[in-house]
Amino acid sequence: MNKKEYIKYAESRAKKSNCIVNCVKAFLVGGLICCIGQAFKDLYIYLEVEEETAVILEAVTLIFLAGLFTGIGWFDKIAKQAGAGTLVPITGFSNAVTSPAIEAKTEGFITGVASQMFIIAGPVIVYGTVASIIYGVIYFFIT
Amino acid sequence: MDLNDYLYSFLIGGAFCVVAQIFIDKSKVTAARILVSYVVIGVLLTAIGVYEPIVEFGRSGATVPLTGFGYALAKGVEKAVGENGLLGALTGGLKATSAGVTASFAFALLWALMFKSKEK
Repeated sequence: MNKKEYIKYAESRAKKSNCIVNCVKAFLVGGLICCIGQAFKDLYIYLEVEEETAVILEAVTLIFLAGLFTGIGWFDKIAKQAGAGTLVPITGFSNAVTSPAIEAKTEGFITGVASQMFIIAGPVIVYGTVASIIYGVIYFFIT
Repeated sequence: MDLNDYLYSFLIGGAFCVVAQIFIDKSKVTAARILVSYVVIGVLLTAIGVYEPIVEFGRSGATVPLTGFGYALAKGVEKAVGENGLLGALTGGLKATSAGVTASFAFALLWALMFKSKEK
């Protein structure tokens, strides 16, 4: 077996065993993050915030915490294990804004930090809003 | 506080992550594509009336994943179209999600001021 074949073999073995483990980790961490969100929502409702506002504050709180964790370097450590578990919740969006921003600090605050914030968030917002416009137009004509 | 809310949040939220994890492992799709797809799929599922029941059942398990961002965009558009007609199709999405979007950028600027990039 030459080196190339070995790498291929190792990769195929690694992928099979890892996928299930990765999925379990993603499930546990992703589920936990949603529960933390739910706990904040319940806290805000307990503090007599309206439910609609509580849902928004819940998202803002998770965005705040995920950004903070990105800054102090914990997010990457958790994400390395959790994979999609930290990516799919709103924490992944927050990390995708914060991480490139901090990385780009040496390039300055205008063309570095601020523009790099949009490198992943930009496409998310563009396609999300465009999809919502299409839906809005259809919704207008069917109601 | 209802413990069932936490159980269902955990199960539904976890399930959304597992689906993405399978795609990442099997097709090496990038994180950016997952995020974009989840938001657009969230809009789509809300539009066809599937996502609302998932939110009622899954609570934060459905609103915290990025499909929930799509859900918020779609619900915002529905509300704005109801109030302002066709213009609402343009205003509703960002209006409903403005707090999260604005907070993301404002906090990111704060963190960029406070922290330096970590050695890899």
